[in-house]
Amino acid sequence: MILTLTETERQVALAISVAVALCGLALAAAGNQDTMEIHGWLILAFGGICALVVIREIWGPEPPKSRLESYYDEPIKFGIAASMAWAVVAMFVGVWVAALLAFPDLTFDGAWASFGRLRPVHTSGVIFGFGGNALIATSLHVVQRTSRARLPDQLSAWFVLVGYNLFCILAASGYLLGVTQSKEYAEAEWYADIWLVIVWVTYFILYIRTLARRKEPHIYVANWYFMAFILVVAILHSINNLAVPVSLGHAKSYTIWSGVQDAMVQWWYGHNAVAFFLTAGFLGMLYYYLPIRAQRPIFSYRLSILSFWGITFFYMWAGSHHLHYTALPHWVQTLGMTFSVMLLVPSWASAGNALLTLNGAWHRVRDDATLRFMMVAAVFYGISTFEGSFLAIRPVNSLSHYTDWTVGHVHAGALGWVALITFGSLYTLVPSLWKREGMYSPALVEWHFWLSLAGTLVYIFAMWNSGIIQGLMWRTYTEEGTLAYSFLDSLRAMYPYYIARAFGGLLFLIGAVIGAYNMWMTVRAAPAKAPLESDVPLNAAVAAAGRG
Amino acid sequence: MDISHDALVAFSKSWGLFYLIGLMIGVLIYTFRPSNRGKFNRAKQSVLDQDDKPWT
Ligand code: HEM
Repeated sequence: MILTLTETERQVALAISVAVALCGLALAAAGNQDTMEIHGWLILAFGGICALVVIREIWGPEPPKSRLESYYDEPIKFGIAASMAWAVVAMFVGVWVAALLAFPDLTFDGAWASFGRLRPVHTSGVIFGFGGNALIATSLHVVQRTSRARLPDQLSAWFVLVGYNLFCILAASGYLLGVTQSKEYAEAEWYADIWLVIVWVTYFILYIRTLARRKEPHIYVANWYFMAFILVVAILHSINNLAVPVSLGHAKSYTIWSGVQDAMVQWWYGHNAVAFFLTAGFLGMLYYYLPIRAQRPIFSYRLSILSFWGITFFYMWAGSHHLHYTALPHWVQTLGMTFSVMLLVPSWASAGNALLTLNGAWHRVRDDATLRFMMVAAVFYGISTFEGSFLAIRPVNSLSHYTDWTVGHVHAGALGWVALITFGSLYTLVPSLWKREGMYSPALVEWHFWLSLAGTLVYIFAMWNSGIIQGLMWRTYTEEGTLAYSFLDSLRAMYPYYIARAFGGLLFLIGAVIGAYNMWMTVRAAPAKAPLESDVPLNAAVAAAGRG
Repeated sequence: MDISHDALVAFSKSWGLFYLIGLMIGVLIYTFRPSNRGKFNRAKQSVLDQDDKPWT
């Protein structure tokens, strides 16, 4: 992988790795005794390993000029591997926290294994680790293909992917240590946040530079969604994480926002993280991999443009539906509610566009589990956005808020939509990237599909049930006007549902493990597609090209 | 300068509305302009091309 970098790029890579390692050392020194010290050593080790990897091959031969006649896919392969690795780890932690709710003893008396610490490991792990790596990898694949242009250089994409994973590791390990900003989906502390800004800006510039090199005049719509994802996440992350550290030697920081402004900024961030991280980017995947896999063009290109602008401009205003019945001014709540309901239109336009694309290819959906992943993802996208618009209505929210119904909604979106579209896209991408005829085992893809679908259904039905029961128990009054049930009563009523949910999650986890295994074996063992173009051993070919 | 809550609300209720309507009109024009039809049709077909090499 280092051999695909030019000599200058290798030197820059080494310099960056060393700089990162030195920053780690500085953090470790400044943070002495604080949890930050541990993170300092971690960063030092991470930078050191990167430096070693680069040094090992720094004097290797230059990559051949002919590289410019192909797309640059090496970092994308890394991103896919990282994505699946995070999926397995983070979904395992998800099953663990689900089990904790039914069997609280599973913390084994360790502070690090308490619910409050493991939960963000799960949420950040799946959203940023699994989802984020998949988004970066697929976006770099799609932008090259649809622009008919190679990435402008070899180093930036590596910096983005490796740097991004450093952020994910800092985040997850920090939560186990008790480091947190206490902002949902943005728990990582200030130094990790600053690092993410650097990585993300590089990502944005890389994307723009690739688009600027495009040979195809029109920018395909999938890129618009990816661009919106990158740009808006940069804005959200920077504004929500404005904070002042206690001192430069402390992990703890305090946000500059206060009171209801803080709540509003947080949920402006939170909801747009749903919109642009968990929706826009994955719609980019949908608009590229679904037509490819179905071998049919998107049903209506115009509709995809209209829904793009609808989604980007409506979502921005919807965040306040997370703060119904709070100190937030009433009109702001109403604004969020109204935009949430309007959002249903562009959301269903996308879901409908996807399903209509498949109209006429249903036989393929029947036979091909990969395409079925994407079809079911579009259906769940439709379901979860309908549900979201419904939950955003203030009186409905008075029943659902604080209950498991929200969790059910989240997972209709996260499992049914985000994870399934990702698996469908990766199953399309992996064989083509590694030049294989197909996946190692189509039967295992089938298994993965049915396990995912069963797991998702068990999960969301359990949470719908428990959520509505919870909500109703909390608002049932006796004739004397007192509450009929104590909180503990409602907790006891949840017990069977929590077990069912953990079981559904387990099915989903098994599916993901099977998927990771299948991809691994595809890379290792599946037969190659075309015979190799030349018969010359690689080193000789490289040397010859180097001379030429 | 003192910005009152009412002024802010009035501003967002009027200009916020106008800018969204303006945006919508712009998007509709872009989407349905007959001269864009060919471009969009080409775009939607071109992702299905089999060749996997950058153009030079
Ligand atoms: C039209 C689209 C959508 C709307 C209007 C919407 C609306 C809502 C509402 C009203 C809540 C509950 C807020 C509360 O009572 O605290 C919520 C929660 C949530 N939704 Fe959606 N939703 C939509 C789509 C999605 C999608 C596609 C996902 C993908 C995963 C998603 C992920 C989430 C998450 C993660 C939460 C939990 C937030 C928390 O931690 O409290 N939503 N959404």
